[in-house]
Parts: sequence; structure tokens; C-alpha cells
Amino acid sequence: MTPKIKIQTTAMDLWYDQFQALKAIDIAIPERAVTAFIGPSGCGKSSFLRCLNRMNDFIPAARVDGQVLLDGRNIYGAGEDVIALRRQVGMVFQRPNPFPASIWDNVAYGPRLHGITNRRTLEGIVEGSLRGAALWDEVKDKLRSPALSLSGGQQQRLCIARAIAVEPEVLLMDEPTSALDPMATARIEELVRILKEHFTVAIVTHNMQQAARISDETAFFLNGEIVETGPTQRLFTSPRDGRTEDYITGRFG
Amino acid sequence: MKDQSALKADRLPRALIAAVATSGLAIMLFILFFLLKESLPALRETTLGELMTGAFWYPTAEPAEFGLLPLLMGSVSVTLLTSALALPFSLGLAVFLAEVCPSALREIFKPLLEILGFFPSVVLGFLGMVVLAPWLQERFSLLTGLNLLNASLLMGIMILPIVASLAEDALSSVPRDLRDASYALGATGFETTWRVVLPAALPGILQACLLGVMRAIGETMVVLMASGGAALIPRSVMDPVRPLTSTIAAEMGETPIGSAHYHVLFFAGLLLLIMTLSINVGALWIERRGRKWRT
Repeated sequence: MTPKIKIQTTAMDLWYDQFQALKAIDIAIPERAVTAFIGPSGCGKSSFLRCLNRMNDFIPAARVDGQVLLDGRNIYGAGEDVIALRRQVGMVFQRPNPFPASIWDNVAYGPRLHGITNRRTLEGIVEGSLRGAALWDEVKDKLRSPALSLSGGQQQRLCIARAIAVEPEVLLMDEPTSALDPMATARIEELVRILKEHFTVAIVTHNMQQAARISDETAFFLNGEIVETGPTQRLFTSPRDGRTEDYITGRFG
Repeated sequence: MKDQSALKADRLPRALIAAVATSGLAIMLFILFFLLKESLPALRETTLGELMTGAFWYPTAEPAEFGLLPLLMGSVSVTLLTSALALPFSLGLAVFLAEVCPSALREIFKPLLEILGFFPSVVLGFLGMVVLAPWLQERFSLLTGLNLLNASLLMGIMILPIVASLAEDALSSVPRDLRDASYALGATGFETTWRVVLPAALPGILQACLLGVMRAIGETMVVLMASGGAALIPRSVMDPVRPLTSTIAAEMGETPIGSAHYHVLFFAGLLLLIMTLSINVGALWIERRGRKWRT
């Protein structure tokens, strides 16, 4: 059985003014699976991730050509509601970035934004999201404490809880463990494996072992192009392109 | 050996810094001591109750009356009206500069604002006397256009650039990360400013406001020139007032040293110090409380 495709890009280019950051990206991201983007620094993998929820819109000089289809709908098409899109495609950033407010308020931020005011409903969402991010047991007795009093790893899981509180379909993760220690990293990786039961996860990682451990599909980026995509195990054990092999065997990167 | 010589080399700069710091502190303490020494004898001439609640300021009459209440109310009313007029505009301007306007425009506006902050208050006072006062007098058919509203408007113009500039700094220093997190959850620009950036910048914004308020309390020249100078407890914004600062400036030069009037003027200075000090303590307290959310 082939899994359903959640996001499909066709001949997608990203330009920053005269500089072409991404060239003819064709990729299919399967639903409810983890797709990892690997590649050396500056290869465009994070830029690509930010194209999928249109966070690049904030860079005035950025321009996207080609198609990015989410459930068959071109998210760069005329009349696309970017606000609704970002609700559908959530994001977790490189460094944990909780708001300087309480744990509870952090998780409730998104639902409140989208009009949920009922206290009971919010309580339920906050608890559900914190459980979903494997943080509930650690914070259930201090939901009113400052989010910034948590450890880095807990803060990142809080950011995941905040992202899933608006019930997105896709979760984009931009090197979510690069600022964390190995223990905290392991917990996030474990969480990602659980998250894919409900969400389509696309994760950028600098760490090839991480990609190998947690992803189902892997795409290797180099100089703004996709060199190779495929099932993670196949890509890591028998890469088809010489450059992929050089990268995963540590000859550069 | 090497460590010891390094320590020795450290000793001189350390001693210098310590000396400079101590003398700075000593000068501050001396000023405070001098203020207390010159102001407390006022309590021998009259009572604290009469100073604080007396409604009449006739320092040169026979017998003299030293009621500081009208002066205090003058200072308080000018400060409150100035804040009410200027702070909303300042914060609006700060939000506009930090969040709304294109960066090219901000590059022009921000330095302009900072230059305006150095505008000599005597020039503003002059504008109040020759432009605003006649206009107010004619427009509202008043006896005099030099009044509470006039002084507060000018003082508002004076503190607006300072408060707006500092509040803009506070807003701009809210990390990009936090805005991104908000946008990525589907927030609009307005929602992000209102629910994330403003709360995160709140301590800095409050400090900007308090600095403006303290500037208004301590300002002398504008109120001396534009407030009308009548020692009355104001009943409307069109009444003339005589704040503590302009009273001291106007009367100190004509008072015999050591007289009751002289000591009472120092006491008025002490009141000003207490007012600004308590605002400062309040600001520190807010900062303390805010800190636990940010680190």
C-alpha cells in the first residue's frame, strides 16, 4: 500500500532577489510519516521548510516559483489564506522560543487566537497538547509557572505542545534538537516517532544519525537542489548518487 | 611569579575605579545630606501638617503662610495631565515605528525623534508664551492662556520623543523568534504585536513611561514660563498653577539665606526628591516582578 501524499512540490524555485536558493525542487511528502531533510549548512533545507508554511513571506526579497501542493491545493495560488495555512501547517524552531508567559498561556495561545474562549475547552486542549508532547507529567503541577523556568528540552517540548494545540495536519521541525543536550534530544526523537501517528512530520536535521533513527523518508539537499530522495533505510544503505554516498559516509559536510 | 605581576598590574586600575566610584557616591550622599540639613529647619518655623495641608502660599506676607499643598497639587496636576496627553501618543508612535512603518522610514524617523528629545525646554516655554497662550486665551475667552493645559501640552511635546524612542527600543528588542512563533501559529501582524510583542516589551515600555513622568515632575523651565504661576489648587485644566519646581526657581534667588522661606523652599525640593525616588522604587519593583517571566 502506498501512503497518501500530503505535500507535493513540482519544479519549485526559491529566489532571494537575484540569488536562487532552491532549484527545481520535486518532492512528495507522505502523510503520517516522518520525512527528514539532510544536507550541509547552507544547502537550502531550512529555506525549503519555510516555504511549506510560507514563513518566507516575511523576507521581502523572497519569491517562490513552481507549485507547492498541500492536499492538492497550491498554497502559493491566488486567494490562499496564509493564516489558515499556518494553522494547518505548524512549525517548531531551531531554538526553543516559548513566550515570556506561563506554561498554560503558551499552549493556549494558538487556540485563543482562533477564537476559543471557553475555559473548560481550553483546559482540555492544554492538557491534551501537553500530553501529546510528553510534557504533562513534568508540568501538571506548575502550569502557572513561567515557561522560561523550564529546561531547554522541556521548553522545546512546550513549543511542540504549543504547535499541536491548534491541531495542525503537518508539523515542520527546523533542527529542533540542535540547541539541546543528548538526553533532551533523545526525548524529542522519541516524541517525533509518536507524533507521526497523528501528524505529517517534516524535519530538517544536521545530524545524519538522527535522520536515520527517526525518519521514514529522507531527502538529501545540496547547493539548493535535491540530489536524492527515498526511503530512509534504502538511502542510507545503498545510496544511488555518488554525492549522497560521499555525504553520508562523512567525506564532506 | 607571572601571576603576581599580573595582580600588581591590576591593582592600580582597580584602585582608580574604586576611588572614582566612591567619590561619586560620596557626592550624592553629600547632596542628600545638604538637602536634609537645609530643609528640616522648616519644621521649626511651621509644622509638617501645615506644610502639607495648608492651602495658602504667601511666603512673603506678614505673617507668612507656607502651605505647600497648592504647589504640590500644581506639580501633580501638570504631571498627570502631561502623562494623559503624551503617553498614549508616545506609545502609539513607538508601536508605529517598531511594528508598522517600513524600515526605510524608520531610519529617518528614529534619529529625528532622538534629536527632538534634546530640544531646549526654554524654547518650548517661549512657544507656549507667544503662540499657545494667546491662542488658548482667545479660543476659550480666558483671562490668561498661561495655565495647566498650556504647560501640560508643551511638556507633553517635550517628553513624547523621549518616551517614544525608549519604548520603540523596548519593542524592537523583542526577539524575532517570538514573532516567528506567533506567526507560525496563524497569528496576524496585529495579533502578534498585541499579544506577544507588547507583553514581552512591557517592562521596557513601563520604564520609558516612568522616565517621561519623572522628567515631567522635575521640569522647571516650561512650567515657569507657561503654567501661569498662581499658587492655586486647580479646579479645571484652564486654571493657572504653580508647581514646586518653578516656585523654587522663581523664589530662591530673592530669599534671605537661613530664613523660614529659604528652608521651606528646600523642603519643597525634598518633596520633589521623595516623589521621583518613590517612582524609581516602583519601577525597580516592576522590573523585579517582570524578571521572573523572562529568565
